Amino acid sequence: MNDILNIALPKGRLGEKVYTLFEKAGYPCPEIRETNRKLVFENPEAAVRYFWVKPSDVAIYVARGAADIGVAGKDILMEYEPDVYELLDLGIGKCSMIVAAAEDFSDDLQKTLRVATKFTEIARGYYASIGREIELIPLNGSIELAPIVGLSDVIVDITETGATLRENRLRIIDEVAPLSARLIANKAAFRFRQETIREIMESISTQTGETR
Amino acid sequence: MRLDDSVLSNTERIIFTLRALYQSCGYERYRMRRFEEYELYSRNKDFLVSDQVIVFTDTNGKLMALKPDVTLSIIKNSRDNPDSVRKLCYNESVYRVSERGGTFHEIMQAGVECFGRIEEKELAEVLCLAGETLALLGKNAVLVLSDLDILHCFLDEIGLLPEEKQKLLRCVGEKNLHEIKSICDTWNVPAEKTERLKKLLSLYGESEKVLPELEKLCAGTAAGETLNQMKTLISRLKERRGTVRTEIDFSLVSDGNYYNGIVFKGYLEGVPERVLSGGRYDRLMEKMGKKAKAIGFAVYLDALERIALPEKSIEVSD
Repeated sequence: MNDILNIALPKGRLGEKVYTLFEKAGYPCPEIRETNRKLVFENPEAAVRYFWVKPSDVAIYVARGAADIGVAGKDILMEYEPDVYELLDLGIGKCSMIVAAAEDFSDDLQKTLRVATKFTEIARGYYASIGREIELIPLNGSIELAPIVGLSDVIVDITETGATLRENRLRIIDEVAPLSARLIANKAAFRFRQETIREIMESISTQTGETR
Repeated sequence: MRLDDSVLSNTERIIFTLRALYQSCGYERYRMRRFEEYELYSRNKDFLVSDQVIVFTDTNGKLMALKPDVTLSIIKNSRDNPDSVRKLCYNESVYRVSERGGTFHEIMQAGVECFGRIEEKELAEVLCLAGETLALLGKNAVLVLSDLDILHCFLDEIGLLPEEKQKLLRCVGEKNLHEIKSICDTWNVPAEKTERLKKLLSLYGESEKVLPELEKLCAGTAAGETLNQMKTLISRLKERRGTVRTEIDFSLVSDGNYYNGIVFKGYLEGVPERVLSGGRYDRLMEKMGKKAKAIGFAVYLDALERIALPEKSIEVSD
């Protein structure tokens, strides 16, 4: 029987913060703090294995069971709707999914709204919920550029402080959803690791002070 | 010449072993055509694992579909007899988009269905068969039970519009207690009722451990009576030899438009998804104009492709 708990962490600053939570919960793996190019870190004594993956891929690793648990942004969970448990709001990595437009934008309801975004499903769902007809323009980066050069009327994107938007003379016209990092678990793995996962949840929620 | 079972592939061995198990319990083998009129599936899209279906036009101009599911065909094609019990088992190819990949696959599915006058005996028998199926497939298996009637008692206490209830159900399926709280707070649900729902969802795990707490929580409500029935079923399940660990978990939400009462899923260690899924589906029977009640389950053989099975075909208990 494989007793090692596999944890997928999002690469980057958020992942490091998240690792600290797990470390304090009794799952240390000191090697992970050394700067190197390794992707997998194992500590057999604590029965844990961590791996760094691209933040948008964490949910895939967990949904397919390569990782038992992981930490993913709510944006990714909303966009891909993976079949996983969302066990805890970690209350870190807080930001917002917003709609933004050029400062002088005024919405003309007679026209189809052109929406540029990386989050096509979220945008589709949001505008369907308010009954607005849109034309989706899927982009992979520099979303803020779209309204400036006239590619789109608005963008649906993530913002933390709004600084990039302001620098590009865009303003927020709506909030779609508040976002933060969530602890997720594979539904099948949960059945066999629930005691461990429960302990981790309890320790982390004490640390973050989030109410469950 | 005697047939040595080493010539069989994993899937074939499972199919034959399960067929022997089900037939030994009086389940008659059901065979069917590979396709049905498309309308059957378009009317019951949400019942399907995936709503995408392979469609073609028959020579008479009728729109047909390669069957993505077995249960709907069996219900449609069998006589409605609410006063007797009919027990069927099957293994059939179904054609659907795999949950893991975006293209159509031919997937082997096995299962049992029990129609007619469904009482405690029939419910217990199907549950026991589900347990034995899992025990045949792997050493470390778990059968997770929920009861939609109990869950809906708690949801109805909160008293929401259907659309709001749907949102809440989704969070229930995700064990997403933080979102449940935030949704209930937005709709000004009394904190005490929100807490009761959260408590129900926090009580998961081995049935012996969870039942006493559940009894306290459900005492004096309509859910209490249903819980008693669930308890009886679980004790019947425990009496059988060759069965598996049983857990209760109310986050197991099957579509309430089709299912009612007891629902369950089976998991095997090392398989990242459910390998068995079933429940009582009187609602689906009603929708299809039948008076008979029904319970059944399906075994998803595609989920088992990558695991090593127990060495020999296991002796089937009676």
